[in-house]
Amino acid sequence: MAAAAPVFSLSRRTFLIGAVAFSASLLLDGCGGSSTNAAGGPRFLQPGERDFVRAAIARLIPQDALGPGALQAGVDVFIDSQLAGPFGQAAGQYMQGPFHLGAKEQGYQLPFTPAQVYRLCIPRVDQHCRNKHRAPFAQLTAQQQDAVLHDLEDGKIDLGEIPSANFFGLLWQNTKEGFFADPIYGGNRHFIGWKLIGFNGPRYNYVQEIGRFGKAYTQPYVGLGGRDPVMCRLSDSATGRFHGPGCEAGRMPFKQSYGSLTTTNNRVYPAGHL
Amino acid sequence: MARRLPEVEVVLVGFGWTASIIAQELTDAGMEVLALERGGWRDTVPDFSVTHIQDELRYAVRKEIFEQTARQTLTFRNRVDQLALPMRHLGSFNPAAGVGGAGVHWNGQNWRFLPTDFVIRTQTEQRYGKQMIPADMTVQDWGVTYDDLEPYYDKFEYLCGISGQAGNVGGKILPGGNPFEGPRRRGYPLPPLNRCAATELFDKAAKDIGLHPFPAPAANTSKPYVNSLGVQMGQCTYCGFCEWFGCANYSKASPQSTIFPVLLKKPNFSFRTHCAVTRINMDGSGKRATGVTYVDRDGNEFEQPAQMVVLCAFAHHNVHLLLVSKIGMPYDPVSGQGVVGRNYAYQVSSSVNVTCKERLNPFMGAGALGQVVDDFNGDNFDHTGKGFIGGGYIALWNTGGRPILQQYLPKGSPKWGAGWKKAVHDDYLYSTHMQCHGAVMSYRDNYLDLDPTYKDEYGNPLLRLTFDFKGNEHAMSKFLTEQATRIAHAIPNRGIHSKPREGDYSIVPYQTTHNTGGAAMGDDPRTSFVNRFLQSWDVPNLWVMGSSVFPQNAGYNPTGTVGALTFWAADAMRRYLRNPQPLVQV
Repeated sequence: MAAAAPVFSLSRRTFLIGAVAFSASLLLDGCGGSSTNAAGGPRFLQPGERDFVRAAIARLIPQDALGPGALQAGVDVFIDSQLAGPFGQAAGQYMQGPFHLGAKEQGYQLPFTPAQVYRLCIPRVDQHCRNKHRAPFAQLTAQQQDAVLHDLEDGKIDLGEIPSANFFGLLWQNTKEGFFADPIYGGNRHFIGWKLIGFNGPRYNYVQEIGRFGKAYTQPYVGLGGRDPVMCRLSDSATGRFHGPGCEAGRMPFKQSYGSLTTTNNRVYPAGHL
Repeated sequence: MARRLPEVEVVLVGFGWTASIIAQELTDAGMEVLALERGGWRDTVPDFSVTHIQDELRYAVRKEIFEQTARQTLTFRNRVDQLALPMRHLGSFNPAAGVGGAGVHWNGQNWRFLPTDFVIRTQTEQRYGKQMIPADMTVQDWGVTYDDLEPYYDKFEYLCGISGQAGNVGGKILPGGNPFEGPRRRGYPLPPLNRCAATELFDKAAKDIGLHPFPAPAANTSKPYVNSLGVQMGQCTYCGFCEWFGCANYSKASPQSTIFPVLLKKPNFSFRTHCAVTRINMDGSGKRATGVTYVDRDGNEFEQPAQMVVLCAFAHHNVHLLLVSKIGMPYDPVSGQGVVGRNYAYQVSSSVNVTCKERLNPFMGAGALGQVVDDFNGDNFDHTGKGFIGGGYIALWNTGGRPILQQYLPKGSPKWGAGWKKAVHDDYLYSTHMQCHGAVMSYRDNYLDLDPTYKDEYGNPLLRLTFDFKGNEHAMSKFLTEQATRIAHAIPNRGIHSKPREGDYSIVPYQTTHNTGGAAMGDDPRTSFVNRFLQSWDVPNLWVMGSSVFPQNAGYNPTGTVGALTFWAADAMRRYLRNPQPLVQV
């Protein structure tokens, strides 16, 4: 067997992971208590982090003439809940060292869980924004925010050990998940994501309809929690918590109202629906 | 210290498709059979119920029913001069964990390989000359022929209730089927699935450019069906949640939906879940397996003695067990000697997105609802001057329109923001994609061995995968993608996005779970670990099932051939049990 040649040098991109993982765990430990809102608010995201996530997802999937966006769909609630749960903790993933950054074909090799990636990256992005624009990401103009997101995507912002494209990829993946996953997970509220594209939910039986080529499918939207309002409906309880599996820790969203929005797929979002 | 349990006659490592077939066949033959499964128990009710199974995030994205890398993964590198690193997230392929194995989560795309696939070296040398096979390409004949396997393909198809249109019954070419397929003794048990808008468009376009489209053979039942074991299956509802999901409807063939109602009633069959086999045990002679060692969920170690051991786990896991148990000669890519880990192969896939003018309603689908052309598979076409051997099918599979992962946008669509939002809004209902599903040959330096650094949950070295696509595969994949693009242009469309597979193989994006080789079958113990009956050359009471015995890969999904080989091996085991000797003498 040929011995593996050393393919990287000891540089900033190759790090001894023990030290980094240690500092990451300190970061997590240091804020665990204060970020928990006993009344059912965010489970993982701290206020500043939540501001960033809400601002970023509002640019990734904006509200516009086609309908509500990620923020209106509750994607921030989804992301918070996912980061607090097994996904955020990289449960079930191989996390043994030694860690080396290999070729891109070898996949993710960082020692950080998804929750750690958010925790480490958000303040660094905000710092980048402060250096450049004298304000954190959430307070920038939409145009400035888009430019920052593009720079993250292109790997142009220094986030320390974590390539910015990794962070952007995770954020965008989670945003899309929250927009299109079943509403029981707290996002895709009122089927906002599914209504945008015309996916009526897991309807189960299309034996009759599949042969009607080119015809619109007109049955009501449905999720695993039933028709709208699904399990993540607004609560009238004093704590403002959602009801239903996957939503227990969600925070009651702000009451908002829209004019009626009609899409080119002829789906209507009624006024005051959100 | 492992606790020693009472001996059984046959122990099966794993309890997926192949174990279920072997268990059914050998218990019929009067044997006492035990299956050990590393994952948990699951059945149609309650685990696959429509109250929760149609959950794309949980199953397709978070991959709840697959092996967790924390327990078992492998390390990967493209070339021997690289440092292999662990696959920390599932990506390129999704090995199953749990009772039923991949039979639970597959799409049901059920194929027979071509007669020429089984004799690829002989066929290629005879048709094109010896120079057609590069020196580093280690393809070999299987030691078994299509004609040998035909009765067993038939058996698997009637077990599963395959829906399809035969193209060649007894040498007679039938309209509407695959004219390139090998002769079959009879048609499929069920008629093809209903077409959807997208497969109808593909069919017309392929015909328009002179190709031979046909409905894909599907292990999704087009009608209610009572299978060869008397088990009732229900009609597919085209719900669009096959791949990565269990079937709620008894429509997708799986061990649960086709075998368990019979097998689980038998007094001479038992199984244990959450039991991870970590060793195959041998006697002092090195010629006889004495059973296996496994670890249960609480970390307790057991020794399970058995008179016969059958490896029925995922391809990688079978090879890993052989290597850590030090059975057979490990393959060495420098000398080319050794067999365990030799001839690992995969498949090379590419795709073409088509945004149609007609509304497609992609969410009405089934895992194997597809229209296919086989004109460019195997040796169905003249390879002279093409610079490659092998091929693949081009299919328009309408497996579903699940919104997180199944969006096929036109070329140049923005990746996020308002532009992306407009693209998914405008195009989701109108877009589909074609898949090129290409063979990968075996090569001297694509192989499996043990990693020197990284360990699994049980302290065993991880398997190490060294693999890359070679010139043959790149040329073949480029050719297939060009043909698919031709078909796409024949569909009335408002956008086409050809996505060839270029560059080095990457472990990151999902491609296919059709990993093969490492314990190849064959006629020569110097180049195969098992003989043509899937019996170990070295250890006659040890057998290996599944795609780890493929000497190289073909341009089809492997399950039909895995099923046929398992029934073929089960027949051989019956002969072996009457007279426990090597079935092929060297």
